[in-house]
Amino acid sequence: MKAPEIIRPDSYWQKQDEIIGKEALATLQLEHLTKSLRRVYSNVPFYHTRFDEAGLDPENIKSLEDIRRLSFTTSDDLRANYPFGLLAVSKDEVVRVHTSSGTTGRAKAICFSKNDIECSATLIARCLVMTGTGKGDILQNMMTYGLFTGALIMHYGAEKVGALVIPAGPGNTERQIQLMRDFGTTVIHITPSYSLYLASALQQKGIDPRKDLNLRRAYLGAEPYSEETRKKIEAIYGIDVYNSYGLTEMSGPGVAFECGYKNGMHLWEDHFFAEIIDPETGEVLEDGQEGELVLTSLRREAMPLIRYRTRDITKIITGVCECGRTHRRISRILGRSDDMFVVKGVNVFPQQIEQVLMGIKGVAQNYQILLESYDHLTIRVEIAKELFDGNIEHLLQLQTEITDKVRADILVKPKIELLEPGALPVSEGKAKRVIDNRTM
Amino acid sequence: MKLKQISVFLENRKGRLWEALDALANAKINIRALSIADTSEFGILRLIVPDPDMAKKVLEKGNFTVKENNVVAVEVADKPGGLAEVLKVLSDADINVEYLYAFVEKSGEKAVVVLRTENTDAGIKALKTAGIAILLAEQVYAL
Repeated sequence: MKAPEIIRPDSYWQKQDEIIGKEALATLQLEHLTKSLRRVYSNVPFYHTRFDEAGLDPENIKSLEDIRRLSFTTSDDLRANYPFGLLAVSKDEVVRVHTSSGTTGRAKAICFSKNDIECSATLIARCLVMTGTGKGDILQNMMTYGLFTGALIMHYGAEKVGALVIPAGPGNTERQIQLMRDFGTTVIHITPSYSLYLASALQQKGIDPRKDLNLRRAYLGAEPYSEETRKKIEAIYGIDVYNSYGLTEMSGPGVAFECGYKNGMHLWEDHFFAEIIDPETGEVLEDGQEGELVLTSLRREAMPLIRYRTRDITKIITGVCECGRTHRRISRILGRSDDMFVVKGVNVFPQQIEQVLMGIKGVAQNYQILLESYDHLTIRVEIAKELFDGNIEHLLQLQTEITDKVRADILVKPKIELLEPGALPVSEGKAKRVIDNRTM
Repeated sequence: MKLKQISVFLENRKGRLWEALDALANAKINIRALSIADTSEFGILRLIVPDPDMAKKVLEKGNFTVKENNVVAVEVADKPGGLAEVLKVLSDADINVEYLYAFVEKSGEKAVVVLRTENTDAGIKALKTAGIAILLAEQVYAL
């Protein structure tokens, strides 16, 4: 394994903004917050009512904490106001709409002004330069182009820093490999599950990504994944993997991103005001405590969102980062508050199980959690092809090892089904890890 | 002396065993002997076929997880105590048997036992020393 790539400390896209002092940042945040609150109060009936109900006067904002008096904006609010209900500018100012589809009900529409797109591309540029990507790099973008923000926003940011972008989109693995070889791709932007699938496809073709490809780094986003999975991907490809965090509601990727130290993701606080709350009570938690990330956009023009519940579980990492950036970091996403499931009265995040599985030899990349009752949990695990030696004892040992390790972590004894490699559906977008067949 | 055996990992899914056998049938591969080891969640299908390399290829093409192992086939008298005699030899030589399966020859006079011991070479040596007839691969395929 190579040592982690530490990027030169002078690699900044917007140095002054990235190393801004704590007080200057707070002043800047308050200034942008006040402007944003005034605009939504005058232009968005939904927020006008909310402010009045809370007795909050946008002309009289004293501190960032004042917004705690406002109730949260949720994805349901976005759906209820679909498509243009939350616009803070006239429709003519909108140059782009992205939607974020839920599994149920109506879609959420997120509108962008020209400047909103410019801002998100700039934030991506910060992220790319922070991790060493720039002119001379060839970035193969394997996220979905289209209504999903993941690919397009990254695309703009990558072009901004002068990288050559291959807008490959996801899927069509044969072609991805061909492109990587033909163009000497150095950077990939990809989901964790697809990167694992791509790795096994490379392996099957006898291509060693460490020797036969020109890859240097990967940006992984769109799905939560564990540190073990990161290590696995880094080892298979012989590259550095950086966590990327974003959501369509906050203009897509580039909200928070890891630097060369790979110790949490710097959240660009001059563009977003972050709070961590207890997802059950809504109470704001101290730095370092695990909870749901709530974001307030500070500079979005077309559709500013105030105290938006991301449903993503994380925590603020306290302390100064060696890279010199002052923007506070969030930990990798530990799960979605709506992905969490309860079995035998225990709260479980799929990522906890993933973390255990990826640390066990003999387990392939794909797994699925099956919930048939409130007392039982079945985990379907693909075995690694190399593991199978025809000996049933070895399979039974693997089954026992998985059972014991998962039980030690989540305190519920799972039933483990061993599957043939490739048995589970392969995702080329977001992987569906939990199948909940329970009825209330 | 060693005989190639094909082991196929089978997950617990309806029709999966049939799919494996169908793949072999389509490739016109005749099965000489077969055994299934199973647990409630998965199983292993073990096969003796005349062309094990071909069978492996066919199964892998059908996305099965396959492993070739060496086993030993011995001939025992088809009468009470026939198999016990073979096992005593191995037990006396302190050799563990991982698994075995047996079938009766068409003539009905002899039975064939397919054995997998922890150490195949040691197993062969012990059986030979005791004068037990070890079948050559060709003899098994011709049965």
